[in-house]
Amino acid sequence: MTQWQGQLIKIDDYRWKIPDNYKTGMRVPGLIYASKEMLESIREEQTPEQVANVAFLPGIVDYSLAMPDIHWGYGFPIGGVAATNIKDGVVSPGGVGYDINCGVRLLRTSLSEADVRPRISQLIDALFHNVPSGLGSEGKMKISQKEMNQLMVEGARWAVKRGLGCEEDLDVTEGGGCFAGADPSKVSDKAIKRGMPQAGTLGSGNHFLEIQVVKKIFDSHTASIMGITDIGQILVLIHTGSRGFGHQICTDHLRIMEQAVSKYGIKLPDRQLACAPVESEEGQGYLAAMACAANYAWVNRQCIAHWVKESFSGIFGRSPEELGMRQIYDVAHNIAKIEEHTIDGRTLKVCVHRKGATRAFPAGHKDTPKRYKEIGQPVLVPGDMGRCSFVAVGTQKAMSETFGSTCHGAGRVLSRGAAKRGFRGADIIRELQSRGIIVRAGSVPALAEEVSQAYKDVTEVIDVVHQAGISRKVAMAVPMAVIKG
Amino acid sequence: MKKAFELTNHTADMGIIAYGADMKELLSNAALALFSLITEPGSIEERSHVNLKVRSDEKDSLLVEWLNELLYLFDTKHILFSRFDIRNLTHNELKATCYGETFDPMKHKIKTGAKAATYHMLKLDRNNDGYKAQVILDI
Repeated sequence: MTQWQGQLIKIDDYRWKIPDNYKTGMRVPGLIYASKEMLESIREEQTPEQVANVAFLPGIVDYSLAMPDIHWGYGFPIGGVAATNIKDGVVSPGGVGYDINCGVRLLRTSLSEADVRPRISQLIDALFHNVPSGLGSEGKMKISQKEMNQLMVEGARWAVKRGLGCEEDLDVTEGGGCFAGADPSKVSDKAIKRGMPQAGTLGSGNHFLEIQVVKKIFDSHTASIMGITDIGQILVLIHTGSRGFGHQICTDHLRIMEQAVSKYGIKLPDRQLACAPVESEEGQGYLAAMACAANYAWVNRQCIAHWVKESFSGIFGRSPEELGMRQIYDVAHNIAKIEEHTIDGRTLKVCVHRKGATRAFPAGHKDTPKRYKEIGQPVLVPGDMGRCSFVAVGTQKAMSETFGSTCHGAGRVLSRGAAKRGFRGADIIRELQSRGIIVRAGSVPALAEEVSQAYKDVTEVIDVVHQAGISRKVAMAVPMAVIKG
Repeated sequence: MKKAFELTNHTADMGIIAYGADMKELLSNAALALFSLITEPGSIEERSHVNLKVRSDEKDSLLVEWLNELLYLFDTKHILFSRFDIRNLTHNELKATCYGETFDPMKHKIKTGAKAATYHMLKLDRNNDGYKAQVILDI
């Protein structure tokens, strides 16, 4: 593929603008957060073209934004953020993605590396056994249709009511682990049939469960409020979403949106951007179904976190409370939300699409949990399995510049095929093991797709959002053991 | 013989390019490409069959719907297919019999877990040699 040849106007070291006259039909300019060094791979991938395409969406306000972990997606780039005015704007399922409410949950423990290292094999085997993973994996919970209807509406609370976790978990989950407005009647039978057996499973692809060791603390006061106090402390990171349920909902509603595009006379440069006015029947229908999938994903991470705690408890012979196991936070990074933002001095209700982007609300914001009111909402940024992950917090600058959004991870640089041609799963397991990282994988060949070299270095990504001021980095942790689906 | 399909690569995802002398052959080859991305098609025996009916508004969306229907069956019933007999085809509907067997992790090595066929960069062209289609898959 040839490099993208369009104009990127430098605003400062971390902001690059695509002027709105780049393409006829753009309603706003594009804005990419990246370092100069990142621009080459961004141009190589043609992703600025996708940022420009998103700027065609009716009702889009301010900018079509891209975070530094931007990479090529369908329609929307991954790492894309777009806010549309709910009065005259659209909602686009492609701006959320197939894996609705794909997200991450981080747990802290009072254990140290020295406590865990001698038992790491047993621990990872217990986790591999207790948390169903892999392609087509089915959960150990048997959910009836009636229960499915309840969990679609209740979200994480549904699991807590069944003894899977505690009330405190909900306080430190984005939106309390429940997306309001969920309507199971907008969800197809097919989606329900896909979703019922998969609740409480990790899945496959880039989803994982990681035991991590804290390596750096950049801001000890902020970290301590999250319960991150020591170098060498053990954390657990869970990355999964709404499985086949979310995929089917996205597929079903894209079909509806395809028709809506011609019904409402919307002109788009890419069919995968299919959308409908937020306030139309189609738009409301999608948002109600999307909420069901978001709630399903929160149930999923809620259950998995509970089984993680049980597994630790079984291996160390102490209760999760005695082990200091507590949820730090849970964020969605594929979602569309109706939020209030101030644009050019005016407060507007907008539909913020975050596709591979994380909400990053500042200290004092009404939706920042009570525990974090003083420091800002935690932002969880996983890296690849061979490098590291970051914990950051949201800032006021994110509120004024990016609709309270920031990056979500490392972002791919190599295609899955290229990764497979260059690396073998078995070699990766050996190489990681030599560095003290144990891997368990549902499919060893597929593991090659997730090799470190297939991803951007997450450190560069976090440095951009930190320097640009749209989040503030707090701590860094490295993997000790990884389960890949 | 002309090739039936190719697998292509995107940074985050994979795609298929399928060929066919006619639309029936194209649809069958696209489905074969899908399952060869998931596993080794040679490892799938014809132990059972499923009759399918897929409807759509347009010919190219029919291709996407067809692949999504097969992925749905794989996700819910865990069936892998290796042969597709498109019995009936109109501009917006197809009827097919698909042959394959239940996924067995001991027998079928999973290469890549495809989850959805997308409309992104969807192409369906016809030339003197027949049909050619490109579909990007979400992994």
